[in-house]
Amino acid sequence: MSAEIRDIAIFTTLAALAATAVMLVPGVAVAWVLARREFPGKSVVETVVSLPLVMPPVATGLLLLWLFSRRGPIGGLLARAGIEVVFTPAAVVMAMAVMGLPLLVRTARAGFEQVTRRYEQIAETLGAGPWRVFSTVTLPLAARNILAGAMLGFSRALGEFGATIVVAGSIPGRTRTLAVGIYSFTETGQDRQAAILLAISVSIAFIAVLASNRLAKQT
Amino acid sequence: MAAFELDFTLEQGEFTLTFTVNVESRALALFGPSGSGKTSALEAVAGLRSPRRGRIAVNGHVLFDSERHINTAVRHRRTGYVPQDILLFPHLNVRENVTYGLREGNRPDLRVLVDLLELSTLMDRRVGSLSGGERQRVAMARALYSGPDVLLLDEPLAAVDLPRRRRIVDALLGIRDELSVPLIYVTHLPEEALTVADWAVLIDNGRIAASGSPRDVMPSD
Repeated sequence: MSAEIRDIAIFTTLAALAATAVMLVPGVAVAWVLARREFPGKSVVETVVSLPLVMPPVATGLLLLWLFSRRGPIGGLLARAGIEVVFTPAAVVMAMAVMGLPLLVRTARAGFEQVTRRYEQIAETLGAGPWRVFSTVTLPLAARNILAGAMLGFSRALGEFGATIVVAGSIPGRTRTLAVGIYSFTETGQDRQAAILLAISVSIAFIAVLASNRLAKQT
Repeated sequence: MAAFELDFTLEQGEFTLTFTVNVESRALALFGPSGSGKTSALEAVAGLRSPRRGRIAVNGHVLFDSERHINTAVRHRRTGYVPQDILLFPHLNVRENVTYGLREGNRPDLRVLVDLLELSTLMDRRVGSLSGGERQRVAMARALYSGPDVLLLDEPLAAVDLPRRRRIVDALLGIRDELSVPLIYVTHLPEEALTVADWAVLIDNGRIAASGSPRDVMPSD
Protein backbone atom coordinates (compact mmCIF):
# COMPACT_ATOMS: atom_id res chain seq x y z
CA MET A 1 0.00 0.00 0.00
CA SER A 2 1.44 3.36 -1.02
CA ALA A 3 1.86 6.22 1.45
CA GLU A 4 -0.77 8.19 -0.45
CA ILE A 5 -3.37 5.44 -0.12
CA ARG A 6 -2.52 4.96 3.55
CA ASP A 7 -2.84 8.69 4.20
CA ILE A 8 -6.22 8.85 2.42
CA ALA A 9 -7.52 5.93 4.53
CA ILE A 10 -6.27 7.47 7.78
CA PHE A 11 -7.54 10.97 6.91
CA THR A 12 -10.98 9.65 5.93
CA THR A 13 -11.32 7.60 9.12
CA LEU A 14 -10.22 10.51 11.31
CA ALA A 15 -12.51 12.95 9.47
CA ALA A 16 -15.46 10.55 9.85
CA LEU A 17 -14.70 10.16 13.56
CA ALA A 18 -14.51 13.95 13.95
CA ALA A 19 -17.79 14.33 12.04
CA THR A 20 -19.42 11.76 14.33
CA ALA A 21 -18.18 13.67 17.39
CA VAL A 22 -19.46 16.94 15.92
CA MET A 23 -22.93 15.55 15.15
CA LEU A 24 -23.34 13.61 18.42
CA VAL A 25 -24.47 16.33 20.86
CA PRO A 26 -26.79 18.26 18.48
CA GLY A 27 -28.04 14.98 17.00
CA VAL A 28 -28.95 13.50 20.38
CA ALA A 29 -30.51 16.79 21.50
CA VAL A 30 -32.68 17.02 18.36
CA ALA A 31 -33.62 13.33 18.66
CA TRP A 32 -34.73 13.83 22.27
CA VAL A 33 -36.75 16.95 21.44
CA LEU A 34 -38.50 15.18 18.54
CA ALA A 35 -39.22 12.12 20.70
CA ARG A 36 -40.40 13.89 23.84
CA ARG A 37 -41.73 17.36 22.99
CA GLU A 38 -44.65 18.73 21.03
CA PHE A 39 -44.19 22.24 19.63
CA PRO A 40 -45.38 24.35 16.69
CA GLY A 41 -43.30 23.66 13.60
CA LYS A 42 -42.18 20.21 14.77
CA SER A 43 -42.95 18.68 11.37
CA VAL A 44 -40.79 21.38 9.73
CA VAL A 45 -37.86 20.46 11.99
CA GLU A 46 -38.41 16.75 11.24
CA THR A 47 -38.36 17.49 7.50
CA VAL A 48 -35.28 19.72 7.62
CA VAL A 49 -33.35 17.12 9.61
CA SER A 50 -34.24 14.41 7.09
CA LEU A 51 -33.55 16.54 3.98
CA PRO A 52 -29.91 15.44 3.52
CA LEU A 53 -31.17 11.84 3.27
CA VAL A 54 -33.28 12.54 0.20
CA MET A 55 -31.65 15.58 -1.41
CA PRO A 56 -28.93 14.93 -3.98
CA PRO A 57 -25.68 15.12 -1.93
CA VAL A 58 -24.24 17.46 -4.56
CA ALA A 59 -27.12 19.86 -3.89
CA THR A 60 -26.43 19.70 -0.15
CA GLY A 61 -22.77 20.42 -0.93
CA LEU A 62 -23.75 23.40 -3.05
CA LEU A 63 -25.89 24.75 -0.22
CA LEU A 64 -22.98 24.35 2.20
CA LEU A 65 -20.65 26.01 -0.31
CA TRP A 66 -23.02 28.97 -0.54
CA LEU A 67 -23.36 29.24 3.25
CA PHE A 68 -19.65 28.87 4.01
CA SER A 69 -17.94 30.60 1.08
CA ARG A 70 -16.29 33.95 1.80
CA ARG A 71 -19.31 35.76 0.41
CA GLY A 72 -21.80 33.48 2.17
CA PRO A 73 -23.72 34.43 5.33
CA ILE A 74 -21.71 32.16 7.67
CA GLY A 75 -18.44 32.00 5.70
CA GLY A 76 -18.32 35.82 5.57
CA LEU A 77 -18.47 36.04 9.36
CA LEU A 78 -15.85 33.32 9.75
CA ALA A 79 -13.59 34.99 7.18
CA ARG A 80 -13.59 38.16 9.25
CA ALA A 81 -12.32 36.11 12.16
CA GLY A 82 -9.64 34.66 9.89
CA ILE A 83 -11.28 31.23 9.61
CA GLU A 84 -11.50 29.52 6.22
CA VAL A 85 -13.73 26.48 5.87
CA VAL A 86 -14.30 25.81 2.18
CA PHE A 87 -11.72 23.49 0.55
CA THR A 88 -10.12 22.68 3.90
CA PRO A 89 -10.24 19.47 5.99
CA ALA A 90 -12.85 21.28 8.14
CA ALA A 91 -15.14 21.35 5.08
CA VAL A 92 -14.74 17.58 4.76
CA VAL A 93 -15.78 17.10 8.41
CA MET A 94 -18.70 19.51 7.99
CA ALA A 95 -20.01 17.77 4.85
CA MET A 96 -19.70 14.36 6.54
CA ALA A 97 -21.49 15.58 9.68
CA VAL A 98 -24.39 17.12 7.74
CA MET A 99 -24.87 13.96 5.69
CA GLY A 100 -24.58 11.61 8.67
CA LEU A 101 -26.77 13.60 11.06
CA PRO A 102 -30.18 12.35 9.79
CA LEU A 103 -29.21 8.72 10.42
CA LEU A 104 -28.06 9.49 13.95
CA VAL A 105 -31.21 11.51 14.70
CA ARG A 106 -33.61 8.87 13.38
CA THR A 107 -31.98 5.99 15.24
CA ALA A 108 -31.53 7.92 18.50
CA ARG A 109 -35.11 9.19 18.32
CA ALA A 110 -36.40 5.62 18.05
CA GLY A 111 -34.29 4.82 21.11
CA PHE A 112 -35.79 7.67 23.15
CA GLU A 113 -39.30 6.68 22.06
CA GLN A 114 -38.69 3.14 23.34
CA VAL A 115 -37.87 4.43 26.83
CA THR A 116 -41.19 4.29 28.64
CA ARG A 117 -42.12 7.68 30.07
CA ARG A 118 -43.01 5.99 33.35
CA TYR A 119 -39.37 5.31 34.25
CA GLU A 120 -38.81 9.05 34.00
CA GLN A 121 -41.88 9.74 36.14
CA ILE A 122 -40.61 7.36 38.83
CA ALA A 123 -37.27 9.21 38.83
CA GLU A 124 -39.19 12.48 39.30
CA THR A 125 -41.08 11.07 42.28
CA LEU A 126 -37.67 10.26 43.78
CA GLY A 127 -36.74 13.95 43.58
CA ALA A 128 -34.76 13.99 40.32
CA GLY A 129 -34.81 17.19 38.26
CA PRO A 130 -35.01 17.20 34.44
CA TRP A 131 -31.25 16.94 33.83
CA ARG A 132 -30.80 14.10 36.33
CA VAL A 133 -33.77 12.23 34.83
CA PHE A 134 -32.26 12.63 31.36
CA SER A 135 -28.67 11.77 32.25
CA THR A 136 -29.35 8.87 34.62
CA VAL A 137 -32.50 7.28 33.19
CA THR A 138 -33.39 8.37 29.66
CA LEU A 139 -29.88 8.52 28.18
CA PRO A 140 -28.62 5.19 29.57
CA LEU A 141 -31.81 3.41 28.49
CA ALA A 142 -31.48 4.85 24.96
CA ALA A 143 -27.69 4.46 24.84
CA ARG A 144 -27.54 1.43 22.57
CA ASN A 145 -29.70 3.12 19.96
CA ILE A 146 -27.63 6.29 20.19
CA LEU A 147 -24.45 4.26 19.72
CA ALA A 148 -26.03 2.40 16.80
CA GLY A 149 -27.05 5.75 15.30
CA ALA A 150 -23.55 7.12 15.75
CA MET A 151 -22.12 4.06 13.98
CA LEU A 152 -24.56 4.56 11.10
CA GLY A 153 -23.65 8.25 10.93
CA PHE A 154 -19.97 7.29 10.94
CA SER A 155 -20.54 4.78 8.12
CA ARG A 156 -22.40 7.39 6.10
CA ALA A 157 -19.60 9.89 6.73
CA LEU A 158 -16.99 7.41 5.50
CA GLY A 159 -18.73 7.02 2.17
CA GLU A 160 -19.62 10.68 1.70
CA PHE A 161 -18.85 11.91 -1.82
CA GLY A 162 -21.23 14.40 -3.41
CA ALA A 163 -21.30 17.10 -0.75
CA THR A 164 -17.60 16.65 0.03
CA ILE A 165 -16.35 17.13 -3.52
CA VAL A 166 -18.38 20.34 -3.92
CA VAL A 167 -17.49 21.98 -0.62
CA ALA A 168 -14.01 20.52 -0.01
CA GLY A 169 -12.78 19.46 -3.44
CA SER A 170 -10.26 16.67 -4.04
CA ILE A 171 -6.96 18.16 -2.94
CA PRO A 172 -4.37 15.38 -2.54
CA GLY A 173 -2.96 15.30 0.98
CA ARG A 174 -5.53 17.85 2.20
CA THR A 175 -9.16 17.03 1.46
CA ARG A 176 -9.07 13.80 -0.54
CA THR A 177 -11.21 11.10 1.08
CA LEU A 178 -11.75 7.43 0.18
CA ALA A 179 -14.85 8.10 -1.93
CA VAL A 180 -13.41 11.17 -3.61
CA GLY A 181 -10.12 9.29 -4.12
CA ILE A 182 -11.87 6.39 -5.85
CA TYR A 183 -13.50 8.85 -8.22
CA SER A 184 -10.31 10.81 -8.88
CA PHE A 185 -8.17 7.69 -9.45
CA THR A 186 -10.78 6.21 -11.78
CA GLU A 187 -11.03 9.45 -13.73
CA THR A 188 -7.27 9.51 -14.26
CA GLY A 189 -7.03 5.81 -15.17
CA GLN A 190 -5.31 4.71 -11.94
CA ASP A 191 -7.54 1.65 -11.60
CA ARG A 192 -5.28 -0.27 -9.20
CA GLN A 193 -5.22 2.62 -6.73
CA ALA A 194 -9.00 2.96 -7.04
CA ALA A 195 -9.45 -0.79 -6.42
CA ILE A 196 -7.37 -0.66 -3.22
CA LEU A 197 -9.41 2.30 -1.92
CA LEU A 198 -12.57 0.40 -2.85
CA ALA A 199 -11.45 -2.62 -0.81
CA ILE A 200 -10.62 -0.42 2.17
CA SER A 201 -14.01 1.35 1.92
CA VAL A 202 -15.91 -1.94 1.80
CA SER A 203 -13.99 -3.33 4.79
CA ILE A 204 -14.52 -0.30 7.04
CA ALA A 205 -18.19 0.13 6.06
CA PHE A 206 -18.87 -3.60 6.56
CA ILE A 207 -17.46 -3.53 10.10
CA ALA A 208 -19.30 -0.31 11.01
CA VAL A 209 -22.70 -1.49 9.73
CA LEU A 210 -22.27 -4.91 11.33
CA ALA A 211 -21.51 -3.29 14.69
CA SER A 212 -24.44 -0.90 14.32
CA ASN A 213 -26.86 -3.73 13.52
CA ARG A 214 -25.65 -5.80 16.47
CA LEU A 215 -26.16 -2.87 18.82
CA ALA A 216 -29.64 -2.16 17.46
CA LYS A 217 -30.65 -5.84 17.85
CA GLN A 218 -29.60 -5.85 21.50
CA THR A 219 -31.97 -2.99 22.38
CA MET B 1 -50.25 9.60 61.70
CA ALA B 2 -50.80 11.93 58.76
CA ALA B 3 -53.55 14.41 58.01
CA PHE B 4 -54.78 13.63 54.49
CA GLU B 5 -56.83 16.26 52.66
CA LEU B 6 -57.79 14.54 49.44
CA ASP B 7 -60.60 16.44 47.82
CA PHE B 8 -60.48 16.59 44.03
CA THR B 9 -62.16 15.89 40.72
CA LEU B 10 -60.12 14.19 38.02
CA GLU B 11 -61.21 13.74 34.43
CA GLN B 12 -59.80 11.20 31.99
CA GLY B 13 -61.72 11.25 28.74
CA GLU B 14 -65.25 10.07 29.55
CA PHE B 15 -64.31 8.94 33.06
CA THR B 16 -64.63 11.27 36.04
CA LEU B 17 -63.27 10.52 39.49
CA THR B 18 -64.75 12.49 42.37
CA PHE B 19 -62.70 11.93 45.51
CA THR B 20 -63.34 13.42 48.95
CA VAL B 21 -61.46 12.05 51.93
CA ASN B 22 -60.32 14.20 54.85
CA VAL B 23 -58.91 11.94 57.52
CA GLU B 24 -56.06 11.41 59.93
CA SER B 25 -54.58 8.03 59.25
CA ARG B 26 -51.41 5.93 59.42
CA ALA B 27 -52.48 3.72 56.52
CA LEU B 28 -55.27 4.50 54.10
CA ALA B 29 -56.52 1.68 51.86
CA LEU B 30 -58.21 2.44 48.54
CA PHE B 31 -60.40 -0.50 47.73
CA GLY B 32 -62.71 -1.29 44.82
CA PRO B 33 -63.19 -3.08 41.51
CA SER B 34 -60.74 -2.61 38.64
CA GLY B 35 -61.43 0.50 36.61
CA SER B 36 -63.07 2.25 39.57
CA GLY B 37 -60.38 4.98 39.74
CA LYS B 38 -58.11 3.75 42.57
CA THR B 39 -54.85 4.06 40.63
CA SER B 40 -55.90 7.43 39.22
CA ALA B 41 -56.45 8.71 42.76
CA LEU B 42 -52.98 7.52 43.77
CA GLU B 43 -51.40 9.12 40.70
CA ALA B 44 -53.17 12.40 41.43
CA VAL B 45 -51.50 12.48 44.86
CA ALA B 46 -48.11 11.64 43.26
CA GLY B 47 -48.64 14.45 40.72
CA LEU B 48 -48.65 12.15 37.69
CA ARG B 49 -52.23 13.23 36.90
CA SER B 50 -53.61 16.72 37.30
CA PRO B 51 -57.10 17.06 38.78
CA ARG B 52 -59.50 19.51 37.16
CA ARG B 53 -60.24 21.08 40.53
CA GLY B 54 -59.78 20.52 44.23
CA ARG B 55 -57.11 20.33 46.92
CA ILE B 56 -54.57 17.67 47.89
CA ALA B 57 -52.48 18.11 51.03
CA VAL B 58 -50.55 15.82 53.35
CA ASN B 59 -49.89 17.15 56.86
CA GLY B 60 -50.65 20.66 55.61
CA HIS B 61 -48.07 20.37 52.78
CA VAL B 62 -50.20 21.49 49.83
CA LEU B 63 -49.53 19.42 46.71
CA PHE B 64 -52.42 20.72 44.64
CA ASP B 65 -54.91 23.52 45.14
CA SER B 66 -56.88 24.69 42.11
CA GLU B 67 -58.20 27.83 43.85
CA ARG B 68 -54.71 28.96 44.84
CA HIS B 69 -53.22 27.77 41.52
CA ILE B 70 -50.81 25.44 43.28
CA ASN B 71 -49.65 22.32 41.46
CA THR B 72 -46.41 21.22 43.13
CA ALA B 73 -43.91 19.63 40.72
CA VAL B 74 -43.66 15.86 41.05
CA ARG B 75 -40.06 16.01 42.26
CA HIS B 76 -40.94 18.39 45.09
CA ARG B 77 -43.98 16.48 46.39
CA ARG B 78 -42.12 14.08 48.68
CA THR B 79 -44.47 11.28 47.75
CA GLY B 80 -42.80 7.90 47.39
CA TYR B 81 -44.61 5.97 44.68
CA VAL B 82 -44.49 2.24 43.95
CA PRO B 83 -46.60 1.54 40.86
CA GLN B 84 -48.21 -1.83 40.24
CA ASP B 85 -45.67 -2.61 37.50
CA ILE B 86 -42.91 -1.66 39.98
CA LEU B 87 -40.58 -0.23 37.29
CA LEU B 88 -37.18 -0.76 38.84
CA PHE B 89 -34.57 0.94 36.66
CA PRO B 90 -33.35 -1.98 34.50
CA HIS B 91 -29.86 -0.56 33.91
CA LEU B 92 -29.09 -0.18 37.63
CA ASN B 93 -28.48 -2.90 40.22
CA VAL B 94 -30.46 -3.17 43.44
CA ARG B 95 -28.16 -0.87 45.45
CA GLU B 96 -28.18 1.78 42.71
CA ASN B 97 -31.97 1.58 42.47
CA VAL B 98 -32.45 1.90 46.23
CA THR B 99 -30.08 4.87 46.56
CA TYR B 100 -31.33 6.70 43.45
CA GLY B 101 -33.28 9.31 45.46
CA LEU B 102 -31.14 12.28 46.38
CA ARG B 103 -33.32 14.15 48.83
CA GLU B 104 -31.81 15.08 52.14
CA GLY B 105 -33.87 15.52 55.27
CA ASN B 106 -35.98 12.79 56.79
CA ARG B 107 -34.60 9.92 54.70
CA PRO B 108 -34.27 6.72 56.71
CA ASP B 109 -30.88 5.16 57.37
CA LEU B 110 -29.97 2.76 54.56
CA ARG B 111 -29.03 -0.04 57.00
CA VAL B 112 -32.40 0.24 58.72
CA LEU B 113 -34.17 -0.03 55.36
CA VAL B 114 -32.04 -2.98 54.26
CA ASP B 115 -32.82 -4.82 57.50
CA LEU B 116 -36.51 -3.98 57.52
CA LEU B 117 -37.05 -5.05 53.91
CA GLU B 118 -34.57 -7.96 54.06
CA LEU B 119 -32.42 -6.74 51.20
CA SER B 120 -28.93 -7.51 52.52
CA THR B 121 -28.34 -10.44 50.14
CA LEU B 122 -29.89 -8.64 47.18
CA MET B 123 -27.97 -5.36 47.12
CA ASP B 124 -25.47 -6.28 44.39
CA ARG B 125 -27.93 -8.27 42.25
CA ARG B 126 -29.18 -7.12 38.87
CA VAL B 127 -32.88 -6.28 39.02
CA GLY B 128 -33.70 -8.65 36.16
CA SER B 129 -32.85 -11.63 38.37
CA LEU B 130 -35.27 -10.74 41.20
CA SER B 131 -38.56 -12.48 42.03
CA GLY B 132 -41.83 -10.55 42.20
CA GLY B 133 -41.66 -10.19 45.98
CA GLU B 134 -38.02 -9.10 45.90
CA ARG B 135 -38.78 -6.51 43.26
CA GLN B 136 -41.61 -5.17 45.38
CA ARG B 137 -39.36 -4.84 48.44
CA VAL B 138 -36.62 -3.12 46.43
CA ALA B 139 -39.14 -0.67 44.97
CA MET B 140 -40.46 0.12 48.45
CA ALA B 141 -36.89 0.71 49.69
CA ARG B 142 -36.16 2.96 46.70
CA ALA B 143 -39.25 5.06 47.39
CA LEU B 144 -38.55 5.23 51.14
CA TYR B 145 -34.88 6.17 50.73
CA SER B 146 -35.98 9.37 48.98
CA GLY B 147 -37.41 10.51 52.34
CA PRO B 148 -41.10 10.75 51.46
CA ASP B 149 -43.82 12.27 53.63
CA VAL B 150 -46.16 9.51 52.44
CA LEU B 151 -45.66 6.21 50.62
CA LEU B 152 -48.09 5.45 47.79
CA LEU B 153 -48.41 1.80 46.79
CA ASP B 154 -50.46 0.37 43.95
CA GLU B 155 -51.45 -3.25 44.60
CA PRO B 156 -48.25 -4.13 46.50
CA LEU B 157 -49.22 -7.83 46.71
CA ALA B 158 -50.29 -8.25 43.09
CA ALA B 159 -46.93 -9.54 41.78
CA VAL B 160 -46.18 -11.63 44.86
CA ASP B 161 -46.80 -15.39 45.29
CA LEU B 162 -49.30 -16.29 47.97
CA PRO B 163 -46.72 -17.81 50.40
CA ARG B 164 -44.53 -14.70 50.21
CA ARG B 165 -47.29 -12.17 50.75
CA ARG B 166 -46.87 -12.29 54.53
CA ARG B 167 -43.35 -10.80 54.16
CA ILE B 168 -44.70 -7.86 52.20
CA VAL B 169 -47.49 -7.29 54.70
CA ASP B 170 -44.90 -7.38 57.52
CA ALA B 171 -42.80 -4.86 55.55
CA LEU B 172 -45.82 -2.58 55.21
CA LEU B 173 -46.44 -2.79 58.95
CA GLY B 174 -42.76 -2.04 59.61
CA ILE B 175 -42.85 1.01 57.33
CA ARG B 176 -45.99 2.23 59.05
CA ASP B 177 -44.90 1.59 62.67
CA GLU B 178 -41.06 1.55 62.79
CA LEU B 179 -40.30 4.17 60.15
CA SER B 180 -43.55 6.08 60.89
CA VAL B 181 -44.11 6.72 57.18
CA PRO B 182 -47.85 6.93 56.46
CA LEU B 183 -49.21 4.83 53.60
CA ILE B 184 -51.87 5.20 50.96
CA TYR B 185 -52.28 1.97 49.08
CA VAL B 186 -54.51 0.49 46.48
CA THR B 187 -55.67 -3.06 47.02
CA HIS B 188 -58.39 -5.43 45.99
CA LEU B 189 -57.65 -7.88 48.83
CA PRO B 190 -59.87 -7.29 51.89
CA GLU B 191 -57.56 -9.19 54.28
CA GLU B 192 -54.60 -6.98 53.30
CA ALA B 193 -56.65 -3.86 53.93
CA LEU B 194 -57.86 -5.21 57.28
CA THR B 195 -54.32 -6.06 58.45
CA VAL B 196 -52.55 -2.85 57.50
CA ALA B 197 -55.07 -0.02 57.11
CA ASP B 198 -56.75 2.02 59.82
CA TRP B 199 -59.00 3.72 57.27
CA ALA B 200 -60.53 2.31 54.12
CA VAL B 201 -62.15 3.99 51.16
CA LEU B 202 -64.34 1.97 48.82
CA ILE B 203 -64.36 3.44 45.32
CA ASP B 204 -66.87 2.39 42.71
CA ASN B 205 -67.07 3.79 39.19
CA GLY B 206 -65.30 7.05 40.02
CA ARG B 207 -67.20 7.75 43.24
CA ILE B 208 -66.62 7.02 46.90
CA ALA B 209 -69.14 4.36 47.86
CA ALA B 210 -68.03 4.09 51.50
CA SER B 211 -65.34 5.49 53.76
CA GLY B 212 -64.54 4.50 57.34
CA SER B 213 -62.91 1.87 59.48
CA PRO B 214 -61.80 -1.13 57.38
CA ARG B 215 -64.11 -3.52 59.28
CA ASP B 216 -67.11 -1.37 58.42
CA VAL B 217 -66.17 -0.75 54.80
CA MET B 218 -64.75 -4.11 53.70
CA PRO B 219 -67.05 -6.78 52.30
CA SER B 220 -67.47 -9.40 55.04
CA ASP B 221 -67.22 -12.50 52.81
